[in-house]
Amino acid sequence: MRERPLADVPRWVGAGLALALALQIGVAWLQPRPSARAEDLGPAPGASTLRLAALGEPIALANLLMLYLQAFDYQAGTRVPYRNLDYDRLIDWLSRILELDPAGQYPLMSASRLYADIPDAAKQRTMLEFVYREYLKDPNRRWPWLAHATILAKHRLKDLPLARKYATALQQHTTAPEAPGWVRQMEPFILEEMNELEAARVLIGGLLASGQVKDRRDYELLGRRLKELEQRLKAK
Amino acid sequence: MLWLVGVLLLVAAASAAFLQQVAITETARIQAAIIAALLRGCAGFLVAAFVVMSMVREFNDKVLELMLAQPWPRAAYLFGKFVGFSAAALLLAAIVSVPLALLAPASRVAVWALSLACELVILASMSLFCVITLTHVVPALAAVLGFYVLGRSMTAIQIIAQASEASQDWADRLASWIVQGIAAILPRFDLMTQTAWLVDAPPAAGAIASVLAQAAVYTALLVTAAQFDLHRQNL
Repeated sequence: MRERPLADVPRWVGAGLALALALQIGVAWLQPRPSARAEDLGPAPGASTLRLAALGEPIALANLLMLYLQAFDYQAGTRVPYRNLDYDRLIDWLSRILELDPAGQYPLMSASRLYADIPDAAKQRTMLEFVYREYLKDPNRRWPWLAHATILAKHRLKDLPLARKYATALQQHTTAPEAPGWVRQMEPFILEEMNELEAARVLIGGLLASGQVKDRRDYELLGRRLKELEQRLKAK
Repeated sequence: MLWLVGVLLLVAAASAAFLQQVAITETARIQAAIIAALLRGCAGFLVAAFVVMSMVREFNDKVLELMLAQPWPRAAYLFGKFVGFSAAALLLAAIVSVPLALLAPASRVAVWALSLACELVILASMSLFCVITLTHVVPALAAVLGFYVLGRSMTAIQIIAQASEASQDWADRLASWIVQGIAAILPRFDLMTQTAWLVDAPPAAGAIASVLAQAAVYTALLVTAAQFDLHRQNL
């Protein structure tokens, strides 16, 4: 055994250690509490600068940058809401992070679930458009975030044409087998809410006829919806 | 170590010349900011490497056993080492600050150098503590590097963790408390030797006093921790 018993340590050393530790905790307590301010978010560095800074580890750098962004997101103790962030700069940062790590889901998750979920319609639209643009670059990986964007456009912004645009993109570009059926079936329901019953009927009919709807319950649900639409159209 | 300091100063001078050619505007500001950050990081590494290497050489050459066989207490040996390494750290802080006087006002460079000296003394103490505990170069240097990086990034980690304070999830709150606990026993390196002091506004007297107090208390903590560990070692 390399270590001697604790009793061999002079008492003054133990007492000094305890005193110094207590003093350090006291000093730490007196230091100003760290806080983040929304207006502090600086411009995003250029893509080539970041590639150089990554030193061959772009995924690691992308994750570090996401954590850096979080320092502005969480706004600990200051209660500064997301809407106070400069959204153009924020989108630049998120784009750069996606360029470094295109397979990473964190930036778009943050964009659609955090930054787009604010009571500022203009900034919300800016962020949703960013999600839409990035979705088109890799639809089969990024569909969850555009699906959420569609729901935000429909229920928060009450902008049905915008929601339809996103739903159409989801229907046309998402081919991943793991994507649930409802992701590709949102458009007819939005059309129905827009009172475009004929278009909705055609779309549901097309979906059923195309064989894209594999799930039996989805098929039955769409079938019932189609009948209801046909009845409403007849009643018009 | 002196030739390494010379190389560092040469690299700093070359970088300053390069930045002068590259920067379109605010040349002196850019030079001061980048060179100061470079010198700060390299000086920290040099101090840690110097302390660890020289102590490990003493262990390997059995100088430590020889010293402990003398009729003086272990505390005297360790305190002597601390004073020597701290003197080297102070000298290094003074040397690396000299080139900055060409890029920023001398009064600001003096304050920056004072803070760098405090930072380097803390690093020397930390290196002494780690090398006495771990006794090998790589683990000791890795521990000092980890300590330094954690000390400089703790504020960002705290900001992220503070968001969990409002959470109802006990795991979030526990994580936040753990981060606050770690922060309480780390020095606030982010408040020391700030580049902004050189290029923007000089620090308030309170900020300098806080740096000095932090350095004194933390150095005392590390030296007593090293004393504790040295007394427990069966040498």
